[in-house]
Amino acid sequence: MDRAETAARIAELIDPFNKKGIEITDNTSFAGDLEWDSLTVMDFVAAIEDEFDIIISMNQQAEIETYGQLVDAVIKLQG
Amino acid sequence: MSDLFSKFDPLIQQRQALLDTGVTDPFGLVMERVISPTVAVCSGRETILLGTYNYMGMTFDPDVIAAGKQALDDFGAGTTGSRVLNGTYAGHRAVEEALKDFYAMDHAMVFSTGYQANLGIISTIAGKGDYIVLDIDSHASIWDGCKMGDAEVVPFKHNDIEAMEKRLKRIPEGAGKLVVLEGVYSMLGDIAPLKEMIRVAKENGAMVLVDEAHSMGFIGPNGRGVAEDQGCLDDVDFVIGTFSKSVGTVGGFCVSNHPKFEILRLVCRPYVFTASLPPSVVATAATSIRKLMHGEAKRAHLWENSRTLHKGLRDLGFKLGTPEPQSAIIAVIMPDLERGAGMWEALLNEGLYVNLARPPATPAGMTLLRCSLCAEHSAEQVQTIIGMFERAGKAVGII
Repeated sequence: MDRAETAARIAELIDPFNKKGIEITDNTSFAGDLEWDSLTVMDFVAAIEDEFDIIISMNQQAEIETYGQLVDAVIKLQG
Repeated sequence: MSDLFSKFDPLIQQRQALLDTGVTDPFGLVMERVISPTVAVCSGRETILLGTYNYMGMTFDPDVIAAGKQALDDFGAGTTGSRVLNGTYAGHRAVEEALKDFYAMDHAMVFSTGYQANLGIISTIAGKGDYIVLDIDSHASIWDGCKMGDAEVVPFKHNDIEAMEKRLKRIPEGAGKLVVLEGVYSMLGDIAPLKEMIRVAKENGAMVLVDEAHSMGFIGPNGRGVAEDQGCLDDVDFVIGTFSKSVGTVGGFCVSNHPKFEILRLVCRPYVFTASLPPSVVATAATSIRKLMHGEAKRAHLWENSRTLHKGLRDLGFKLGTPEPQSAIIAVIMPDLERGAGMWEALLNEGLYVNLARPPATPAGMTLLRCSLCAEHSAEQVQTIIGMFERAGKAVGII
């Protein structure tokens, strides 16, 4: 899966949690723009982990604030 | 100069808005006099206590009190020292012996609070490169233990065995794994399917820590907790518990059969770098723990109280945290914080104290009125409590 494919798949997974229909760009932030609370974050992280068969620990999550950073992290975690 | 307190402004405003409605401050209650494990005087009025963790009613046990007084006379008011320096007295050893007998385990280590027991054990045993897999509804002391250590922290959905298993299987080969679970989750009073979860954890090569703070003394044939009740205590590597609930005083502990367990006394910072418990506290704890070993009759009565209150509240139309009583905690779910605070105050005016619990302590942003029963609540008191809930619930418009 190349970056574009991974990015597209992650965007699809964001969709059900994107209640306000915010446009997703590399700089879209989960806490600031999408206004996700901790429970939403947990459900979304679980969806990403299951889709890509990876673990994103809380320690790693702390470094991921935007969609672009998440795409990069997922690609890196897939090895 | 930027004010470091600015970050608290939203909470200050929310709190002020609640108090502006004229409701009594739910977090400002003072017990002026304590009459028994189940009754205290608050604002000059006798109040039934239904929000303590005094599950087995040991706070006023005559033997427990006598042991504390004797220790004050014989050993003084405090130790003024760390357990590893001048803070280990005969009483500290005695309470660790009592714990080993109570749990039938090889090792016991006593901390100054239950919070420090979780903080110390978790942060010390799971280090850099190790993984902690824990339930998302874990107590703050567990989360803080994770934050203090250097391990990778991986939460899973509450009591979800499959979610836990998936995460365990994705952990890189060779990494150390610690699964952290609780017997009773204190907000909703629900229990964990420990037998199945621990089986899965062991199959995946993890060590298991179970916090049995809210089950000790009450759940299980010998009061050892939910793991004992489900027949899987032998597979638990570390049990964390507290003296501030069923034992009736203050302090925390970890018991274990791990052959190298004793080394923790030298490397666990929340054990080393704090003063040990006062002699009177460990004396009351040891006496209480030994009495709890023979608490069958009290355990049976507490279950009876829990079942009666659960059924009474459910029949009145209250929404409860569990479909059936699973512990000594019965959580009544409130529609929102305002009505929750109103109901809390109406109950206090009836002469009943319960815990008002709100986010972030509660799961899913819920406001709860948490009722915790005591083995010393009489059957009549439980009926009185149900009547108080009926009047208050109707007055506030919740039922």
